[in-house]
Amino acid sequence: MKTSNGTVLPSVVERGGVRESAASAARRDAWARRLPLLPAFIYVFLVTQIPFVLTIYYSFFRWNLLKEGSSSLFSGHRFAGLDNFATLLTNGSIRTAVANTVILTVSVIAISVVLGMAVAMLLNSEVFGKGLMRTLMIAPFLIMPTAGALIWKDTLFNPLFGLLPYLLSPFGLGRVDWVNRFPMATVVAVEVWRWTPFMMLIILAGLQSQNPEILEAAQVDGAGAVQSFRRITLPLVRPFIELGALLGSLFVVQTYDSIYMLTFGGPGEDTTNIPFLLYIVGPGGGYNIGQASAIGVVAVIITIIVATFALRTLFSIFRVEARR
Amino acid sequence: MHNPLADMPFRLPERAPAVSRPLATRLAGLVIAVLAAAACSPGAGGGGGGGAQTTITVAAVDNPQMADLKNLVSEFQSKHSDIQVKIVTLPEDQLRTQVTQDVAAKSGRYDLFTIGTYEVPLWAKKGWIENLSPFIAKDSSYAPDDLIPGIKTALSYKSNLYAVPFYGESSMLMYRKDILSAAGVTMPDHPTWDQVAAAAQKVNSSSVSGICLRGLPGWGEQLAPLNTVVNTFGGRWYDAQWNAQLTSPQFKAAVTFYVNLIKTAGEPGAGNAGFTECLNAYNSGKVAMWYDATVGASNFTGDAAKNSGYAFAPTKVKDWSGWLWAWSLGMPSTSKKKDAAWTFADWATSKDYIKLVGTKLGWAHVPPGTRSSTYQLSDYQQAAGGFAQVTLDSIAHADVTRATVDPVPYVGIQYVDIDEFQQLGDQVSQEFAKVIAGGQTVDEALQKAQQLAAAVGKNYQH
Repeated sequence: MKTSNGTVLPSVVERGGVRESAASAARRDAWARRLPLLPAFIYVFLVTQIPFVLTIYYSFFRWNLLKEGSSSLFSGHRFAGLDNFATLLTNGSIRTAVANTVILTVSVIAISVVLGMAVAMLLNSEVFGKGLMRTLMIAPFLIMPTAGALIWKDTLFNPLFGLLPYLLSPFGLGRVDWVNRFPMATVVAVEVWRWTPFMMLIILAGLQSQNPEILEAAQVDGAGAVQSFRRITLPLVRPFIELGALLGSLFVVQTYDSIYMLTFGGPGEDTTNIPFLLYIVGPGGGYNIGQASAIGVVAVIITIIVATFALRTLFSIFRVEARR
Repeated sequence: MHNPLADMPFRLPERAPAVSRPLATRLAGLVIAVLAAAACSPGAGGGGGGGAQTTITVAAVDNPQMADLKNLVSEFQSKHSDIQVKIVTLPEDQLRTQVTQDVAAKSGRYDLFTIGTYEVPLWAKKGWIENLSPFIAKDSSYAPDDLIPGIKTALSYKSNLYAVPFYGESSMLMYRKDILSAAGVTMPDHPTWDQVAAAAQKVNSSSVSGICLRGLPGWGEQLAPLNTVVNTFGGRWYDAQWNAQLTSPQFKAAVTFYVNLIKTAGEPGAGNAGFTECLNAYNSGKVAMWYDATVGASNFTGDAAKNSGYAFAPTKVKDWSGWLWAWSLGMPSTSKKKDAAWTFADWATSKDYIKLVGTKLGWAHVPPGTRSSTYQLSDYQQAAGGFAQVTLDSIAHADVTRATVDPVPYVGIQYVDIDEFQQLGDQVSQEFAKVIAGGQTVDEALQKAQQLAAAVGKNYQH
């Protein structure tokens, strides 16, 4: 701060001021971008994380709506430690539910990917009435799950009035009670019907990004239809299949509505998956909030494990991309 | 506000550029959605606000009688212009869930709701619903003594009425006279289950099944008729010391009989057949007999309406095996508009309301089984002819306190009146449904059911 060099000081000050105002401008700019997002972020945070934290909290308490002295949200519950989780371990229901969830998810995703692939291939080729066909194919995904399941149960499978028993009656299968004889297969069939369009859409997007010239070149080189499908088309749409399978399985794990409508988790516990078990223990008759919360927490942990595992193994594609 | 899930092991393989980050974020978002879905279910919310003009909210079960009530609300409002009535109708299982959550969490969304004989004593004991006797005492024209005694007992706790019956029912055997007589079968007024089984097998053919019996899992569905069979066979859920009795020879005999009857002469798809499915099957002539709620007969059409005969609930050891149920109006103790709510409940369950339904909507619409005076109305007798007397006598003989051959520590005919029975009954009926579907034997199902029932029984053994 020397007065002899009168010109230096203001310039330094000025330069510093410029630097400062640039940083604060950058910060202001960042906030200007962030600010409009904040309401949405806060909203999502509140409506997802508060219930989540409460679920974890309740899972450590004994709280049954039907028992006296446990009425309000935060008072009157007895601390139960890990009792709710211990009950889960000793009770066979959760094991059945986990097994059913795995069976349901894996078979629904596997079958709907194969069917979705087939339909996508068909719609990607030049067939008559492609547009109409595509619209019709998407329809199952747009029908409300409850309504869809009800239609399957009452107009297709019903042994007295259903279409399927009617069509099969010449083969002596006219009065077969499909829903109860093959409960898991029924739920899988309905869910496959629902998820095939989803897979089809995603795979179709992949197929349409394929350059037809490459296929032509393969043809010229003497590759058959099967060969060019295996060597060219499949590797190309593989990331799309993987994405569809991952997103689909995260939703299929939560299947609840069609089970409620079709089998109500039965007969026995044959189609009780984790969400349905949670419903039965919680609001659907048990009113045991503590126990239901514990199931919810376990379901989340399992989902995280499955999602991580799926990401690591299924998304081999990123490794392939990176190697290239 | 750091997202706790960002630290979860969602890391993608290294050197995964551009695509991976948004995908990981999106996945985290999805997982949060999963969490939210898992966490949100136990929620119950809402609240009632008070206004200058009193508005009462009524949660009602979705059945024809309640639909009639909804149609006639304007009649009530023309007399009571200061009270607005909002009726919310829901299917039975959802109504039960909603109302239970509402009353347990004391959120006070409803001022009146329809509850059954199962809930009333349990909820009265917890103080969830209001004692209605003081309200009834204020209205000299209500005539509580006119209420059918069995129904009144079932809706009382410590000799006070905690709910007023809107309609009542028992169970009976309904059969097609034409189909049975074509096969040379005559049905006595008081049949035994053996007679019914023989008749069912005789008329059973490829186009018409012998009998419709509920197989749909649920304590209020399959277990209702099945429990009346268990009772009359001499079985019971618990002995006097709350020891589960589901593996007893009588219980086993009853379940075996019920399942075999369904398998040999019952409707196809019994595992999905509840009240509605059986009603449809009977109305369309696909089954010759139907053992179910007395209210079923009010819904018959066509041939079913013309050619039906009615017999009392079939028996084995114990006489009068019919069940007892009454959809009734109860008032949550959290209601802030109790006087207005009572005014409406009073009107909807009064003698005058029954006459109003008869004259406005037709006598077949009258809610049956609540008041003795209903059965003295000549118009009603004409309209309900065939089944009116069977209904009235069945209800009169149904005693929720003496339903079994051997003594039991619980009340209830087609249910065990304890909090845990909803879940227990649902689970046990699922096991029986699996037997009906051929997935396991009666013994296997009863073993599992016994374990479930024993676990519940322990709560009462102190």
